Amino acid sequence: MPQIIDRRLNGKNKSAVNRQKFLRRFRKQIKKSVENAIAQRSVTDLDKGEKVSIPREDTNEPFFHHGSGGHREIVNPGNREFQTGDKIPRPEGGGQGQGTEASDSGEGIDDFVFELSREEFLQFFFEDLELPNLVKTKLSTIIESQKVRAGHTSEGIPSNINVIRSLTGALGRRIALRAPYKKELNEKKQALEDLLKRHNDTDQIIIDLRSRINYLENKIKKIPFIDTFDLRYDNRVDQPKPTTQAVMFCIMDVSGSMGQHEKDIAKRFFMLLYLFLTRTYEKIKVIFISHHTLANEVDEETFFYSRETGGTVVSSALKLVKDIIKERFPSNEWNIYAAQASDGDNWHNDSTICGKLLSEDIMPYVQYYSYIEITADRHQNLWKEYSNIKKHWDNFAMKRIESVADIYPVFRKLFKKRST
Amino acid sequence: MTRRPISDTSDWSFELIEKYHTEIERIAKNFGLSTYPVQLEIITAEQMMDAYSSVGMPVGYNHWSFGKEFVNTETNYKRGHMGLAYEIVINSNPCIAYLMEENSMPMQALVIAHAAYGHNSFFKNNYLFTTWTSADSIIDYLLFAKNYIAKCEQRHGEQAVEKILDSCHALKNFGVDRYKRPPKLSLQEEKARQEERESYIQSQINEIWRTIPVKQNDKTEKDNARYPEEPQENLLYFIEKNAPHLEPWQREIVRIVRKIAQYFYPQRQTQVMNEGWATFWHYTILNQLYDEGLCTDGFIIEFLQSHTNVVYQPPFDSPYYSGINPYALGFNMMTDIRRICEKPEPEDRQWFPEIAGSNWLETMDFAMRNFKDESFISQYLSPKLIRDFKFFSITDDDMERNIEVSAIHDDTGYLKVRSTLSEQYNLGSIEPNIQVYDVNLRGDRSLTLRHYLHQRRPLHESANEVLKHVARLWGFDVKLEAINNKGNIINTIECKTPAD
Repeated sequence: MPQIIDRRLNGKNKSAVNRQKFLRRFRKQIKKSVENAIAQRSVTDLDKGEKVSIPREDTNEPFFHHGSGGHREIVNPGNREFQTGDKIPRPEGGGQGQGTEASDSGEGIDDFVFELSREEFLQFFFEDLELPNLVKTKLSTIIESQKVRAGHTSEGIPSNINVIRSLTGALGRRIALRAPYKKELNEKKQALEDLLKRHNDTDQIIIDLRSRINYLENKIKKIPFIDTFDLRYDNRVDQPKPTTQAVMFCIMDVSGSMGQHEKDIAKRFFMLLYLFLTRTYEKIKVIFISHHTLANEVDEETFFYSRETGGTVVSSALKLVKDIIKERFPSNEWNIYAAQASDGDNWHNDSTICGKLLSEDIMPYVQYYSYIEITADRHQNLWKEYSNIKKHWDNFAMKRIESVADIYPVFRKLFKKRST
Repeated sequence: MTRRPISDTSDWSFELIEKYHTEIERIAKNFGLSTYPVQLEIITAEQMMDAYSSVGMPVGYNHWSFGKEFVNTETNYKRGHMGLAYEIVINSNPCIAYLMEENSMPMQALVIAHAAYGHNSFFKNNYLFTTWTSADSIIDYLLFAKNYIAKCEQRHGEQAVEKILDSCHALKNFGVDRYKRPPKLSLQEEKARQEERESYIQSQINEIWRTIPVKQNDKTEKDNARYPEEPQENLLYFIEKNAPHLEPWQREIVRIVRKIAQYFYPQRQTQVMNEGWATFWHYTILNQLYDEGLCTDGFIIEFLQSHTNVVYQPPFDSPYYSGINPYALGFNMMTDIRRICEKPEPEDRQWFPEIAGSNWLETMDFAMRNFKDESFISQYLSPKLIRDFKFFSITDDDMERNIEVSAIHDDTGYLKVRSTLSEQYNLGSIEPNIQVYDVNLRGDRSLTLRHYLHQRRPLHESANEVLKHVARLWGFDVKLEAINNKGNIINTIECKTPAD
């Protein structure tokens, strides 16, 4: 007899360790690929894996084998018109390889392509942001759900058996199945009583009646006390934990002084805030506001890739934020978050207006306002004005940034607040 | 036939597998197949991918290259570029065959016949397998290897272990004894020996590096003597025993890679025969099943459809051509041997006088036991098959301007095609001939390897990379000399000792 073993329940991730080793070995290449992906992805599009490709020659494992050249004899199948002694011009690129050995790497695939899972993708995304581990796990976990009771089912695991329900069902079934016999039994018993008055115990009619009664009593006895289909189980279903909605404002200076590099840093900054918000809120709206001397609400594409020239008036954007909040996002229904990225440039009379707008019309309504200044130059008056606001508002964060690693501190308080 | 089919849907169940297996086993025994006991394991597609990427073994040590395989398989599978091979079978006792849960009943039956009876009997009886591998202990040994390497990772760091493994993998094809039969593996002995070795070997190594002065008159003789006295073909073995700076645990890892390479060595030499034998038997057994009325028309059609795909040989100018399909060549050769035995033509009587008209079961059994691909082809490839496959051989010489068609499937060409094709499966000429030639004992301790060119064929340029791995293992400079057929050195590549 053969041994048949069901291994399906054994762990399936036997290769997980090897996969991790592989990812670690090609960290550099994968990271580059992830960076490219981030540049192409939308701010709100972080919850899926990514196709990654690394140059195939990097992944090759060298071994001693023959190169082209020398004298070779090769047998191939499928001859059509060749005759012995025919001369064929040598094909470009050296012709086929070893024949039998050249199977899997063929087909001219230059890159080694594979999928990163969502977790792995985020891992690489987090990597140079220098997030603390606690925050990383917080961000990578999927929205929690809780089990709630939802009636009863007829299928389940033994530990969920609902005894009262099951026995009630069993009782009902017993009564129902017994009914026809019980009725006849009662009649027969009555009849027996009547007949006994006129007949002897040994009369045939009495014996028949007795055996019938016996039969019916046995029938009733044989109805099972409890049957598998009486069983009822408590049913529990997953219910997502209640969450609320949030709106996130991305505000960015698109004047000539902001180059693509600065914009990429800003994008990371917005992505991180978005990722954080997705952990807390189920529904998030993202509003993109770009400004130079005028502010506009734009779509994401324009936001990151359009280029304007000219000066900068920050207050125009803040005014627009204020208006949008007033019109569309009443603060009793929406949690409002705002993130602003700029190179610190502002028309210098405008900064005081900004301060006023922020402290009077925006800060009272928002949960959190973060500002990053992407520049290596000296601070300008906008920074001074904002520092002032920081003193008064606890939910205001600002930071000067030169590389992506500097982004996280801006959010530090945000994460801290959540984790307590 | 009045017997009823075992099942008439394509769904499988444990009960059905058992029933089909009983019938297949009966038929196989009637044909005289001798096998190890069978162990069938039901697994999922993910588990199949796991098994795939660890060269089909149920346990294996961890290394990034297996991760790479896995990622590759997974991507291809998910994109639908490839179906998973429906069978993996392990040369062990009992013989383990995997059945994938996604497969239909006909496919499961096919796998049982193919792997659990075809491959199984080949593993048990072919001379290469019986002399070179020990089916009884391989799983234990792999487990030992896995645990040992995991322990090394803990003790010495993953990086260090990975480096050694990388280097060993680069040389694994040169870690086999081609002619000397290796001793049988045994787990207990292996463990006991391993500890003994660790302490003992180092002293042995030091022996050849001894710096205590020897007597004057001995010295001249010693100086001229080469070490090793005879060239060594097993590079990993030589390194394991002689590399001056390897730590005992590193030597053990070299040994593990070497032992496992040795285990797979017969499989690399019998691909055509092994697959041909297994395919021939699944075809024969399942047809017998059908003839006896034990399976339905639908069953046999599904089976034939898949069988036909497996044995398809695209012509050389097809975009799907990637060399000769070992299933196609093997299956057709096996079928052809049976034909020659049962219905020989005059041509066959002339070419194969000993087997034409003989008992096909005995003849095939003999062929299965006593050959490897190279000798099997040169013994049994018939003119009829050469014509069927339209085989032709070409000569590609870099001194000539054109490629020449040297023989085709006609009377004057059969012998030439056959010997060329046979040579194509000769590992000895597929793989470059590289040997340990000399160690500079008195001077810089450098190691010299020699590549003896076959048909003037040079090494692929990746040899430079491989040489770095050799240098890492050896710990001192390494030199690779290319020797032409006149015995002259025509090229030398060198690799200095790595910094670490």
